[in-house]
Amino acid sequence: MAQSEQEILAGLAEIVNEETGLDPEAVQSDKAFTDDLDIDSLSMMTIVVNAEEKFGVRIPDDEVKNLRTVGDAVTFIKNNQA
Amino acid sequence: MSTERRVVVTGLGATTPLGGTITQTWDAILAGTSGARPLTQDWVQEYDLPVTFAATIHTSPEEVLSKVECRRMDPSAQYAMVASREAWADAGSPEVDPDRFMVAIGTGMGGVNTLLDQWDNLREKGVRRVFPLTVPMIMPNSSSGNVSLALGARAGAHTAVSACASGAESMALAMDQIRLGRADIVIAGGTEAAIHPLPFAGFAQMQALSKRNDDPAGASRPYDTGRDGFVMGEGAGVIVLESEEHARARGARIYAELSAAGMSADAHHITAPEPEGAGASRAMVEAVKRAGLTPADIVHINAHATSTPVGDVAEANAIRRAFGDATDGMCVTGTKSMTGHLLGAAGALEALFTILSVHHRIAPATINIEELDPAIALDVVRGEHRTLPDGDIAALNNSFGFGGHNVALTVKSI
Repeated sequence: MAQSEQEILAGLAEIVNEETGLDPEAVQSDKAFTDDLDIDSLSMMTIVVNAEEKFGVRIPDDEVKNLRTVGDAVTFIKNNQA
Repeated sequence: MSTERRVVVTGLGATTPLGGTITQTWDAILAGTSGARPLTQDWVQEYDLPVTFAATIHTSPEEVLSKVECRRMDPSAQYAMVASREAWADAGSPEVDPDRFMVAIGTGMGGVNTLLDQWDNLREKGVRRVFPLTVPMIMPNSSSGNVSLALGARAGAHTAVSACASGAESMALAMDQIRLGRADIVIAGGTEAAIHPLPFAGFAQMQALSKRNDDPAGASRPYDTGRDGFVMGEGAGVIVLESEEHARARGARIYAELSAAGMSADAHHITAPEPEGAGASRAMVEAVKRAGLTPADIVHINAHATSTPVGDVAEANAIRRAFGDATDGMCVTGTKSMTGHLLGAAGALEALFTILSVHHRIAPATINIEELDPAIALDVVRGEHRTLPDGDIAALNNSFGFGGHNVALTVKSI
């Protein structure tokens, strides 16, 4: 069940692409969702919910603000996967 | 009224059951094509709906807009966006002062598909699966807001909501805003995407829809003795309106003048038209008077004519009540015989047809009339299109909506 960071990153890039149209290649670990990828809070909510479904994790609303970069999200998902 | 700023039409756009553009739609109108077709959605069988067809959109917005745009807008706003982009391009995509550029797009129901789909999501999958953009997709001003955002119109974004008169009322409002000096150029029109089982069932339950399931293309038949209700349609119609001064200064191509509007409310019944047509007639009289014209100047009426047994007669009565013997000089067309009833977009789309009729001097024929109802004392165009006279001409477009709303627009040749 547990996926590698690389697999999570690729899956996340797919979700971001679906929501925003951003090139999946642009979704790299060091990129910040807001400052680098220009993702607003509403799109972020959709990405979070789709990520929950895809990776089988629960990302509480309070946790979302701590996910500043793509890498933060990958780490959170990896640490919380069943 | 002659001292008022003249307001002219410089761009047209539409996405309808007959075509993905206004050109394609108008060609289909002149060819006498019906946009009604059997519904293929599972819900028709699932809910055992008594009506199994509608005039569904010809070209999916997904073929025109990006995937992301489609995800973030209800179909009603998607249609408005497609039509607005076409109209804006048709007007030459002019460089304008954003603070003098406005949007006015009306709708009957707004994002009804999103509202009901997200309600299903909430009940079946829980709150986490409710799309975060649900509210801005449901709101009736979603179309005007999204178009304003996409094209950078900052003078204002307005939304008239008056059921099936919404599109026409938005154009009237846009014209007024230019005359009040609040804008020089406005994208105006109407949109609707309500082919969803709930509104569909609601209209069916009120016995408003034609049940001619074995012949969808023949179902919308305004003025025919065999008419039995309207055919639900969807889509959007949008025009670019400008002060004449602004249009001339940039050398824009001008289709026609949107000269005046007349508006009234029946205060009679929430859905039934006032049988003698007093309210509708007042709107028509006002539209002609405000245009500085007399009834003898009106050569053509694009009628509301939804193909309901009561409504078509009430409108015919209202026209005669408004114009008396001068009615005989007006040829009348019911283009809903081809497009179906686009609800909040109907008035807008039919205003586009009226503009094209004046511009090309052609009144399209109403289709599906096998036997003209003797209660209709009008010169109905059927069989062949009618050529409109040379010289200065004017035409009227009627739109009426549940709630008792009546809107008449006057279009003049230029």
